[in-house]
Amino acid sequence: MAYEAPLEKYPVKIREVILGGGEKARKIGGENALPLHFFEGSLPNPPGLALEVLDTRPENWAPWILEPFEDVASDPMSWAKKCVEEFGAEILCLRLLSTDPAGKDASPGEAAKTVEQVVKAVDVPLVVLGTGDEEKDSQVLIEVARVCSGKNFLLGPVLKGNYQEIAQAALEHGHCIVAQASMDANLTKELNIALCKFFPPERIVVDPTSSALGYGMEYTFSIIESIKLFGLADRDNMMQMPVFADVGIECWRTKEAKESRDQGVLWEATTGITFLLAGANLLVLRHPEALRLIKKITTP
Amino acid sequence: MALKGADIMKKLPKTNCKECGCATCFAFAMKLATGGAKLDDCPYLDPEVRTELESAMAPPVKLVTVGTGEEALVIGEEEVMFRHEKTFFHEPGLAVLVSDREGEPEVEEIIARIHELRFERIGHTLRVNLLALSNESGDRDTFVARVGKASKATDLPLILISGDTDTLFSAAALCADRRPLVYPITAENVSAAIPKIKELGVPAGVKGESLDEVISVTSQLKDAGIEQCVIDPGSKDLLEGIRDQTLIRRAALKKGFRPLGYPTMAFPCFMYQDKFEEALAAAALMIRYTGIVVTSLTEKDLVFPLLVHRFNIYSDPRRPMTVEEKVYEISHPDENSPVLISTNYALDFFIVSGAIEEANIPAFLCIKDTGGIGVLAAWTSGKFTGEAIADFLAKFEVESRVKHRKLIIPGVAKKLKEELEEELPSWEIILGPSEASDIPKFLSEKWKA
Ligand code: SF4
Repeated sequence: MAYEAPLEKYPVKIREVILGGGEKARKIGGENALPLHFFEGSLPNPPGLALEVLDTRPENWAPWILEPFEDVASDPMSWAKKCVEEFGAEILCLRLLSTDPAGKDASPGEAAKTVEQVVKAVDVPLVVLGTGDEEKDSQVLIEVARVCSGKNFLLGPVLKGNYQEIAQAALEHGHCIVAQASMDANLTKELNIALCKFFPPERIVVDPTSSALGYGMEYTFSIIESIKLFGLADRDNMMQMPVFADVGIECWRTKEAKESRDQGVLWEATTGITFLLAGANLLVLRHPEALRLIKKITTP
Repeated sequence: MALKGADIMKKLPKTNCKECGCATCFAFAMKLATGGAKLDDCPYLDPEVRTELESAMAPPVKLVTVGTGEEALVIGEEEVMFRHEKTFFHEPGLAVLVSDREGEPEVEEIIARIHELRFERIGHTLRVNLLALSNESGDRDTFVARVGKASKATDLPLILISGDTDTLFSAAALCADRRPLVYPITAENVSAAIPKIKELGVPAGVKGESLDEVISVTSQLKDAGIEQCVIDPGSKDLLEGIRDQTLIRRAALKKGFRPLGYPTMAFPCFMYQDKFEEALAAAALMIRYTGIVVTSLTEKDLVFPLLVHRFNIYSDPRRPMTVEEKVYEISHPDENSPVLISTNYALDFFIVSGAIEEANIPAFLCIKDTGGIGVLAAWTSGKFTGEAIADFLAKFEVESRVKHRKLIIPGVAKKLKEELEEELPSWEIILGPSEASDIPKFLSEKWKA
């Protein structure tokens, strides 16, 4: 019995989504093969590895996750700059924590002002995330979309309860969106179908919601993997959007990450590479070392 | 690749004698194909046909055992490329590499450290499970001495690594009764190794620089009757590892290609200098099919994430993961701390307990056994009803743990509130948030004993 390498070719590909603009614009997706399968397909864009920036000084962070940002943690602009200049982030994720109705409850206008300042400070693509509160996010993200019209942000999370308003604003002002559906590939597809009635599919990134190592990571892993296989192997064009995973926030709230620096960094990096191997195209990470590690061992 | 009933039928005697217990040879063939009958049941099979069918029906990835007794590592017999298609069956072994350049006391110390790398997590023991001894010194007597020492100091299965075939088998002879994995068996040494492997009855770690080379070695071993093999395709970094591991698994499962139908191994310890990179590559290789991952890691902070990772990836997605029914004390609660209740569906448990930890408010988390199903389904099926919860509180004597009588229940279980108010008149039933992520906010704003 002669051996012939059992390569698998897919006649379709994951949609390519362009984030940001100008020289530093980054594409994600566009692959016609499974993650890191350079031996049998084309993977034109490396996975996007975004570093997270908060718009407000973090509370209750373990010392080792705060340490890299200690000097800039109260100033989102300097924080963003440091991530790009010192830690080599090619994409940033600005989390508008200040808008949390249960916390500071900052107004959409205030939040949009911060985003405007950050976008002036750095030229890399921006992911702008609300706090997951459907109503408040809708006000905040619409204002951000408007104030930063044409900047081609990735705005999210866009949920079943607020997708119409936010996607409409994103459409009008030239942004992409993160469509979030909780831990179920069918819900991801449903939301995509609803969105695609009026929103261009090549500006949608999907988020099946993340979890951390030890806290449901395998569920997220298998959902991302099945979404990608529906897209590539079953050629379902409503499952061919790039996948987004919000890794840092989940990992750094676990008690294991708070136990020690080394364990924390690996907790995040392990969760991150797991989702990357499942097929995630964009990871949001917190610790610069987690980003460095993942990049190092996955770059050809 | 499983055989079809019709293919098997062609090889049967077609006499319909019924001695196998089936009405016809055809019925027997169908049963065989689905695993409902054994070849032994038909006494009239031609011996040659029997061997042929036997090998055609064998699992596409051979089951291989390294080591003996309770600590033995069993790998192989995997059936799928993706865990959501069914499950991954046999957790990969995590081996720690120890050089024979280390003196005897150092080897003993490393073994002691490895023995400490054992952790309990929801009723499972997570542990490092192999010791790989490498003949880095190049000296035969040193290696044999270290192997002799190590085999006494640990019950863990051993991997013996030496580029010198005589050295390798001298060491293997010392501990053959422990079924060590001898490595590397290559195109160069396979002829010399075959008689020794057969004599000692040890599993063979096959190494090739390419899959073609691996295939030539496993084929020679198979011809000699040796099928307890673990394949190292010689991958030099993670990307090569993913390629090699994927092709091996695919060739075995999708093409029924026997010469690659063995569990595999990989050496992140030789791929990366940096220990974090090594640990991360090991995690990635565990996802991508590797049967034994050899690292140099003994630091708790680097090994523990890897062990939890393996446990997660190899958990069975067909069965809801459950946690033990009991009252979990989170962050040292006292008699004024809140009492919450939820199901023993592991994901619910992790999310709820994580949210309580995040809230920084010590609490009692009551976890009721619902067979691993979530709140609403469990309520419908009678496992999370007012009565069931009242029994739980009595069984675990919750009333003796707190001074207050306030019970926080999942926000989605609105009807449960009425039931509980009836069952537990002395308790105030508080409807918590519907989303676990709102628990920190809920507790910090609403909780008062
Ligand atoms: S025992 Fe063998 S020959 Fe007889 S009916 Fe069964 S399969 Fe056919």
